Amino acid sequence: MHPAPSIIIFTVLSGLGFGMLTFLGFNTDAPTGWTAFWFFFIAFVLSVGGLLSSTFHLGHPERALKALTQWRSSWLSREGILALAALGVMALYAAALVFFQRQFSVLGFLGGGLSLLTIYATSMIYAQMKTVPRWNNWSAPVLFLGYALTGGALLTGKVWLVLILLPILAVVQIVAWFDQDRREAAAETTIATATGLGQIGKVRAFESPHTGDNYLTKEMVFRIGRKHAAVLKVISLFLFAALPLLLLLLPFHHMLAIIAVLAHLAGVVVQRWLFFAEARHAVSTYYGR
Amino acid sequence: MTTLPTQTAKKLGLVIDLDTCVGCHACVTACKGWNTENYGAPLADTDAYGANPVGSFLNRVHSYEVQPDTGPAQLFHMPKSCLHCDDAPCVTVCPTGASYKREEDGIVLVNESDCIGCGLCAWACPYGAREMDPSEGVMKKCTLCVDRIYNENLPEDDRQPACVRTCPAGARHFGDFADPESNVSQLVAERGGMDLMPEQGTKPVNKYLPPRPRDETPEFDVLAPFLEPVAEEATGFLGWLDRTLSKVS
Repeated sequence: MHPAPSIIIFTVLSGLGFGMLTFLGFNTDAPTGWTAFWFFFIAFVLSVGGLLSSTFHLGHPERALKALTQWRSSWLSREGILALAALGVMALYAAALVFFQRQFSVLGFLGGGLSLLTIYATSMIYAQMKTVPRWNNWSAPVLFLGYALTGGALLTGKVWLVLILLPILAVVQIVAWFDQDRREAAAETTIATATGLGQIGKVRAFESPHTGDNYLTKEMVFRIGRKHAAVLKVISLFLFAALPLLLLLLPFHHMLAIIAVLAHLAGVVVQRWLFFAEARHAVSTYYGR
Repeated sequence: MTTLPTQTAKKLGLVIDLDTCVGCHACVTACKGWNTENYGAPLADTDAYGANPVGSFLNRVHSYEVQPDTGPAQLFHMPKSCLHCDDAPCVTVCPTGASYKREEDGIVLVNESDCIGCGLCAWACPYGAREMDPSEGVMKKCTLCVDRIYNENLPEDDRQPACVRTCPAGARHFGDFADPESNVSQLVAERGGMDLMPEQGTKPVNKYLPPRPRDETPEFDVLAPFLEPVAEEATGFLGWLDRTLSKVS
């Protein structure tokens, strides 16, 4: 799949933002005043910025509100509704904390729950794709929730939780990479089933419908990513897990914490790039790639 | 509404004969022509005369080489367009309700004024039947020429999809799969019409007719014993020439 920068930025930033909102919501002793303002400000910039970035890849962003209508069947529609609901509830909760030093825990729990559901809905957009064996399994929701919660804990300063979550996330990610490789290799869809010609013999794509690229090959038959996948996975693991863990175990300093956050962010971007670039879509069988 | 109808009154679709298709791409051209001049946003091309031309098409012809266990490889041409699936995954993922499957005849369509161009339906389709138009930013797909098949301004002969009407080999057939007596249902029954990617669970309406077995060249002829070479070794002048040349080369 084509790793569109707008979608990578969207899933990484909005994941982090809603992860932060989850922790800010499920918090019995929430910060108030200016401290609360900065926490919520960062969380809203990330989640809203991510959502806005996702509209950049639309052909007609001016019609984006129509996407809120098909919640009965579409995960993308559900994601949009949940995101707006989560942001609305958390805005009220944040306003009470920042301006009135009052904590309405019910609002916080509700907003936190909606934030979690938003992350889950985002992941299901990918997990529902039967056409992409790498995504169509447990790993998409578990990883999206895992990255969002770990990043959220990191940005809300829950260091002890991060020290637990980061190693778990790293292990889950490694297992997921191997499992995804296995699923892709075992995919039922082959050039034989795609053409129905497998009964006769060994099928090989002889000629493409056209000599150049088209929307399908650009969007879904992306191949560059697989070449350096192994190296990129090591880099990603080092950046999102190993380096932040090391920095957080050192005596606390704000500069170290900032570097830990930036390293984690960079690692997640590499991970998310691979999530798209490595994924093989069923339609590539028709193009013999 | 992007939930799928539980069943449709008719099941309009195509039968494509892989045995007959000669790979001339006439259906591709006819489709592009009709669907650029008629219903919906025209099918755009960008950089059409430049170094990197790209455009949207609703129908494309692939060619495949199949190598049997014995004998020479065989070549087949496979036109591919929307299969108007009964369980169309492209419809249910649509966030705006722009994609829908019609209850009356099962045609899968896009309401272009509701499409936001998110491209999710193209991801959901395993067949590559949907392409984003490079100029309009809306999703284009085969309409089964919905503006031809019901068009009473056209002569009756022309009330079929442009690809079917134009095919010079008669490799494409249009009809109602819900009617067991229809031409398409009978072709499927006779020739063992098959689904593409049945494992994807999309229940495609369009069917492909598998190629008939190829004739095989007989191993020997009944006259072969009488036509055996009389002399294995060359003699006389040719024999001398053969021996001499063998020494040199």
